[in-house]
Amino acid sequence: MAINWFKYSAPTTFYPLAGKLIPWFAISSAILFAVGLYIGFVVAPSDATQGEFYRIIFIHVPSSIISMFLYLIMAGYAALGLIFNTRLSSMMASAIAPTGALFAFISLWTGALWGKPMWGAWWVWDARLTSELILLFLYLGFIALHASIDDPRRADRAAALLAIVGSVNVPIIYFSVKWWNTLHQGSTIKYSGTSMHIAMQQAMFTMLAACWLYAIAIALMRVRSIILEREKNTKWITELAEVK
Amino acid sequence: MGLDIWMRENPLTYIWVGSYAVAFIIFAVEIAMVIHKRKITLQQVRLMREASEEE
Repeated sequence: MAINWFKYSAPTTFYPLAGKLIPWFAISSAILFAVGLYIGFVVAPSDATQGEFYRIIFIHVPSSIISMFLYLIMAGYAALGLIFNTRLSSMMASAIAPTGALFAFISLWTGALWGKPMWGAWWVWDARLTSELILLFLYLGFIALHASIDDPRRADRAAALLAIVGSVNVPIIYFSVKWWNTLHQGSTIKYSGTSMHIAMQQAMFTMLAACWLYAIAIALMRVRSIILEREKNTKWITELAEVK
Repeated sequence: MGLDIWMRENPLTYIWVGSYAVAFIIFAVEIAMVIHKRKITLQQVRLMREASEEE
């Protein structure tokens, strides 16, 4: 059976669909967080050189990956909104931005907590750290620019341009450890294989999946509020069961 | 200096309180803010609906 994806690009059909999907994503995320933390703190062994401090990676690495992915998805939705003038795309971009900013903040925060015992410094102006900080500023810039323009459609267009231009920073973050000599270590997991213990990999990928599902659930929750706010003058909103 | 010694003596507490607790508090605050925003928006929509019905 073919699914008509265009049907779900309209707020009227997407709003109830998002409402149905949220509990599934939220519950799956909570379960995976519990499993990931159990593997990460109980099953995974201590690291030979970093001791217990390496366990920060189970939240640091997923947060960093999600912050970059969310930016690309946000920029993609913003571009769709700009090119095709679709309302829902711009709403999705606005809904993703705060979550992306929080993941970028968690990545920087947990990185600093790892840096202090390992490098002896909370912060260094390293290419990877600096480009991730710029990512946080880009998210904050997107949110601030959108909020500073009263007309939502104009705000969507202006913020979309910033999101699209800013997406150049994502490959810079990813390749920074290859392009420059950085204090930040390179990728441990490569296409050619990894030296990581299997339990460490399981914990990291489970936490990555948990963070990913959390981001989807919270973005869907936020976009429902944005749809309600933007479409409040329409008939279908006044006919919703939760409004009556 | 005191923090350096403490974190090396209590690495798991340092990790839990410093990173995991902070991350989960951030998630909890974000969820609370989104739920609050939805309540406020629903309230506004209901008020608008009631006002239009009275007219």
